[in-house]
Amino acid sequence: MEMPDDAASAAASQPGPAVEIAGLHKWYGDFHVLRDINLAVARGERVVICGPSGGGKSTLLRCINRLEDWQSGRVVVDGIELTDDPKHIVAVRRDVGMVFQQFNLFPHLTVLENCTLAPIWVRHMPKKDAEDLAMSFLRRVKIPEQAGKYPARLSGGQQQRVAIARALCMSPTIMLFDEPTSSLDPEMVKEVLDTMVELAGDGITMLVVSHEMGFARQVADRVIFMADGQIVEVNEPQAFFAQPAHERTRLFLQQVLR
Amino acid sequence: MTTMGEKGYVRATPAERRPPPGDRSGVFGWLQRNLLSSPTDIALTVLCIAFIGWAVPPLVRFFVVDAVWSGADRTACLATPQNPVPGACWAFVRAWFSFFVYGFYPMAARWRVDVFFAALAFGIGWLAWLSAPRRGIGAIYFFIVLPLLSFVLLSGVPRLALITIPTELWGGILVTVVVATIGIVASLPLGILLALARRSDLPAVKGLAVAFIEFVRGVPLITVLFMASVMLPLFVPERLSPDKLMRALIGVALFASAYMAEVVRGGLNAIPRGQYEAAQALGLAHWRVMALVVLPQALRITLPNIVNTFIGLFKDTTLVFAVGIFDFLRTIEAARADPHWVTPVTGVTGYAFAALFYFVCCYGMSRYARSVEARLTRHRR
Repeated sequence: MEMPDDAASAAASQPGPAVEIAGLHKWYGDFHVLRDINLAVARGERVVICGPSGGGKSTLLRCINRLEDWQSGRVVVDGIELTDDPKHIVAVRRDVGMVFQQFNLFPHLTVLENCTLAPIWVRHMPKKDAEDLAMSFLRRVKIPEQAGKYPARLSGGQQQRVAIARALCMSPTIMLFDEPTSSLDPEMVKEVLDTMVELAGDGITMLVVSHEMGFARQVADRVIFMADGQIVEVNEPQAFFAQPAHERTRLFLQQVLR
Repeated sequence: MTTMGEKGYVRATPAERRPPPGDRSGVFGWLQRNLLSSPTDIALTVLCIAFIGWAVPPLVRFFVVDAVWSGADRTACLATPQNPVPGACWAFVRAWFSFFVYGFYPMAARWRVDVFFAALAFGIGWLAWLSAPRRGIGAIYFFIVLPLLSFVLLSGVPRLALITIPTELWGGILVTVVVATIGIVASLPLGILLALARRSDLPAVKGLAVAFIEFVRGVPLITVLFMASVMLPLFVPERLSPDKLMRALIGVALFASAYMAEVVRGGLNAIPRGQYEAAQALGLAHWRVMALVVLPQALRITLPNIVNTFIGLFKDTTLVFAVGIFDFLRTIEAARADPHWVTPVTGVTGYAFAALFYFVCCYGMSRYARSVEARLTRHRR
């Protein structure tokens, strides 16, 4: 039932941008939250999106796997155009992993079961294979010993690393991170960022909404500054931090970098 | 050791670990903490002891000490010079016991009811014991094999040398158990479906669910039963018209499912949006999100309310007497009018027996739910 139709799966293997957004507008009621967003993200590219809160960063990210819909514009992910067609939506979500600010682990399942749920039910993988796969990713995020525990017993940093492993178990080609370190205690931010830095070395396409400017400097190919629902500035990290072109960007950077 | 330096409080040596201060344990400690900790507590304790002392001994005397445990007819339970104030007439319950259990179910076929009780108890035990082996097969047994087996046994299939026994002859605890079990087993899945339908994005589905739930909840059970028993035959051709017990069963199941739907909906509302989003982001389709992520959590948090609804339903089954069905309470009503056993204490004893039966069943469900809850919350910590 989750099989994409032929057009969608054929498109997925074509070379081309990983994410292509054109003329995207979205309103919440009267509030114009995304205004004419145009953005293309190449395969393997690592993009960090920053900007003041309420600027539409998370909303933009959530449009890429259609957790939010929009009123006008196109979003094409992995060659599949996102429409109301549930087949296309599911096909995109199989290729796009997401990590949330609040982790959103399933509290009624163990760490291992959290990781095997989608491979078993979406990819129809045998349970044993799914568990082996999950354990290999849990080893990568350095918490294989927590596999049998329930999420409530883990620290925030550990939960977020499980969430990353859970997303990776679906072998996504694109990973979305929605403020992955914002609700962590300061001493746990590093373990999650280290995991993300390591992941960035693998060549997976990453879109990260974050205020971690050190992370942006270290791994981003491009940094995007969003405010008031618009992309105000896009640049390579060196130039972005050294010579921000817009007054708005400069103000923001002054505040976060201090 | 601490010193007061220029920078304020500074610890000079590490603080040692100490055991917690001694608690006032033991019987006297408990008494002092729980019963006698303040003048108000002392007064309340004294009042409660006085109440228990006033209320309990007469009850024990009536139901146990002065009670008549055996006898052939009413004369055993009447006042005599040796026993001027007779207690409960348990002899009456003993004499009529099989009627209370089977109703008018023919004597020669009562073994079939016994087998049904045993099969049901086995199924409940299998499912209720959470670490039992092969609970999947247990579920198949309970939801597929058992209903068929029960129908064959209780109603009878002449070809299998089981004579047909019309439901008019069923009665007593048999009917109460059948109505309650079917009500409970049908209301949970129906209630879940209704709750999901009520949250649907499709206006037609949502509208129908809301209309059904609000209508049934707005009408007394007795009215639903009357409607099921009087109106159903009007819509269905006579040949296909279900029998009286079946009509009451449908009424009870529909009634209970409307309440169950609201209970489940409360649980669904308590699941954070992030859970749906995380499941969707993994590529799970809508029904899988519900079945694998949302419902398991929703049902866990609503378990106390679900059991509460079950208990209410179990007691509500007594209302089926209104449409002429001979449930357990009705058999007691009928037996206490028996001229052979009419005494001033017969009715009280019969109702006390009924109360005991309902209490044991409902309290059992309640205790079981508590233990499951404790187990589930232990898992999550």
